[in-house]
Amino acid sequence: MRVTVKLFASFRDGRTPVETCEYPPGSMVADVVAQKGIPVAEIGIMLVNCRHVQLERELADGDLLAIFPLLGGG
Amino acid sequence: MGGLDTHLTGQAVDGLVSLSCQMEASRIFALPLADVEAAILELGLCPARYQRNRQTISFAGQLALLRSSVAVIGCGGLGGYVIEELARLGVGTIHAVDPDVFEEHNLNRQLFCTVANLGEAKVTAAARRVGEINPAVRLVPHRRGFCGENGRELLQGVTAAVDALDNMATRSVLAAFCGELGIPLVHGAIAGWYGQVAVQLPGDDISGFLTGAGNSAKGVETRLGNPSFTPGVVGSLQVAATCKALLGVGGAGGRLLIGNLLEMEFEEIGP
Repeated sequence: MRVTVKLFASFRDGRTPVETCEYPPGSMVADVVAQKGIPVAEIGIMLVNCRHVQLERELADGDLLAIFPLLGGG
Repeated sequence: MGGLDTHLTGQAVDGLVSLSCQMEASRIFALPLADVEAAILELGLCPARYQRNRQTISFAGQLALLRSSVAVIGCGGLGGYVIEELARLGVGTIHAVDPDVFEEHNLNRQLFCTVANLGEAKVTAAARRVGEINPAVRLVPHRRGFCGENGRELLQGVTAAVDALDNMATRSVLAAFCGELGIPLVHGAIAGWYGQVAVQLPGDDISGFLTGAGNSAKGVETRLGNPSFTPGVVGSLQVAATCKALLGVGGAGGRLLIGNLLEMEFEEIGP
């Protein structure tokens, strides 16, 4: 299945900002995060097709996954 | 107030009452500057300091701001800009909450931090600054860390709250209190070139924006730092949102705006 992954802010450093890739059926958001080498501790918001999701969310063909870093400074 | 009204009307020039006239009236009638300011606005006159507000904010709106009380939780990078702009806007009471003193690494971005006041409590410096720029505004310093034990007390009677904190756990506590008490909350957070703002009006729930996937206490700011301009941008957006919440105008409740100042991109995320 094909999933488009869009990264934001600091997650673009050293990674392709938007990329559509082939993933095995049954892949979860956590699998994409691991494949991209994104530390889970740095993740803020994750959206699939504009809806909030957790790491355990199973992806489907054609999904758009957006990942934002956690911003916490004041 | 008849004597005061007559005095102020007699002093007005082209509908404007100067700060010196306002201060003189405060002395003559033994009233706080804020009370004189309210009397000026109720007469349909304008304190001269707000003459450039007039096209944006009506006299009724300016009076509503004067009668508002905003709690600014955190007085660092965001909090400094927020307090400065709320005071210039004319918000009558500002509760400034922060337990810390200024340190050298605050000099790169924290508006009230100077070489001369290193080691001074941030809330003390904030009170002095507000007194210098708008003496009709009352800044109440609270040299404490906001937490579950004192949150209800610190938010007692406030019209709106601003999240200028630096950790996610306390942000969630603040958002929960504001939700429970029906207080509009304006969240802001920064890291490097990036910043975000969200407004939680009564009935909204922005808690989903405040918890990371790993439940980390801190975000990527621990790696990216915070330069001078990001708190200026995000703090100003927070003040615009606070002003709108106090006046009941405009929109933005429940959504998150994330800014990327490196690429000059802004994304909006729904609840």
